[in-house]
Amino acid sequence: MAGRLALRVAAFAYLAAILALPVGMIFYRSFDHGIIAAWHAVTQPDALHALWLTLLIAAIAVPMNTVFGVLCALLLVRSKFRFARVIDVLVDLPFAVSPVVVGLALVLLYGRQGWFGPWLAAHDIRVIFALPGMVLATVFVSLPFVVREVVPLLREIGDDQEQAARTLGASPWQSFWRVTLPSIRWGVTYGVVLTTARAIGEFGAVSVVAGHLAGVTQTLTLYVDDRFEAFDLTGAYVASVVLALLAFATLFSMNALARKEA
Amino acid sequence: MATSAAIIQRERVQVKKNFIRGDSLLPAGIVTTFLSVIVLLPLAAVAARAFTGGTFWTEAFASDALASLRLSLVASICVALVNAVAGTLIAWVLVRDDFWGKPLVNALIDLPFALPTIVAGLTLVALYGPNSPVHIDVAYTQAAVYLALLFVTLPFVVRSVQPVLMELDREMEEAAASLGAGILQTYRRIIFPTILPALISGVALGFARSIGEFGSVVLISGNIPFKTEVASVHVFGQIESGDIAGAATVSVILLALSSAVLLALNALQRRGLRHGG
Repeated sequence: MAGRLALRVAAFAYLAAILALPVGMIFYRSFDHGIIAAWHAVTQPDALHALWLTLLIAAIAVPMNTVFGVLCALLLVRSKFRFARVIDVLVDLPFAVSPVVVGLALVLLYGRQGWFGPWLAAHDIRVIFALPGMVLATVFVSLPFVVREVVPLLREIGDDQEQAARTLGASPWQSFWRVTLPSIRWGVTYGVVLTTARAIGEFGAVSVVAGHLAGVTQTLTLYVDDRFEAFDLTGAYVASVVLALLAFATLFSMNALARKEA
Repeated sequence: MATSAAIIQRERVQVKKNFIRGDSLLPAGIVTTFLSVIVLLPLAAVAARAFTGGTFWTEAFASDALASLRLSLVASICVALVNAVAGTLIAWVLVRDDFWGKPLVNALIDLPFALPTIVAGLTLVALYGPNSPVHIDVAYTQAAVYLALLFVTLPFVVRSVQPVLMELDREMEEAAASLGAGILQTYRRIIFPTILPALISGVALGFARSIGEFGSVVLISGNIPFKTEVASVHVFGQIESGDIAGAATVSVILLALSSAVLLALNALQRRGLRHGG
């Protein structure tokens, strides 16, 4: 019994020191100069624009990865595609790549001296230091989540019902919408939640390709960094609190969905 | 009866064949194209840049690049080891112990996955930086790097070991205890071998994450070359200063390290699936 208590205390102490107390501190520090200063900081035009841009990028990247994720999972589980094994390994690659490397990779493709740089310049299309580059970076880093949630689900439910639907004359499209999608919908939703959290929180990759123009190409995570560098700690803490609240909303949805799946 | 069953069976096989041949061509094309454009092509550009110009080895052995890679590697290994112990401990307490507010603590474990890395870094500055309310200031030291990596990799081992512990048969432990095994002996002989595959997986995923970590480290480590500059921060600095060849070189080494670990893990899991059933 004493041993058990000691283990509990040790686990709690570790969690408090590494996780709970630091996160609690940003909430506390946000109000160092009072609630009015905090409100002013969060309603700055640059802060609001950063929040809007963050949501916009997520609104583009998340649907792309959701469609890709479901399609890719179907391909990996349901078809005998010859390169399925290769794709299976490649899908996880974004988890193994440092965000900064992702940013560099995009610069080397779409930057002024990149592979497609001259062509893009000739057609007056900006990718790096503009929205398209930031979207590409976000799609890259949040790519695996939907695939990884849906693949095990598809394996588990099997394809008996899909085959029954097909034997009864349903088109592949009908069988997907009426049979497959309803049985994987919570898995897809869980994947979408994780993708959204990652998209909103991405910093390193976006930082390389964004160019840091306040009020133009600054997402909320970049805004936090910018305020910190400018010694505006209240601004940094308040923006962080907004991001932390979004993270807590993510955790809440994850828990609700996990219960639904079980 | 038998013949109609055979006909149905044949039709099912036919349907399945059609499904595979005709219908998966378009999805296969879309998936392959998307993956190539979004992931493969950019990474190919990095590799190509690193190996053109014949500067790979001089760049790789530049003293500042080497120092940053060494710090990332050593810190990632140490953090992986700490996670192995702390993660198992936390998973154990979450599975076997009972206390008020357990669902809340359990949900909190995933916070580092949900929280943006730059926010993680800022939380550490708030508690362990200058003006620390607990009078511990690790800013601009290597301890800050370790702390940031421990924060972002916390969930990996817990979340991989926890489900295995849940399914662990308690009777085996009780049998061992009744035969006179101490707590440590029970752990070493019964629990540890069972959770080992999950533990390895969690540790490897955490390592792959640590080796390229950027956002959580950048604010609190101070990014002092040769002292607290990790590899990804070094790459960032090289991009900013226009040394793209150097940045690509260190990037390729980082890529090689983390994908080697993940590939090894993948192979290990496949072998485990085959042998373990």
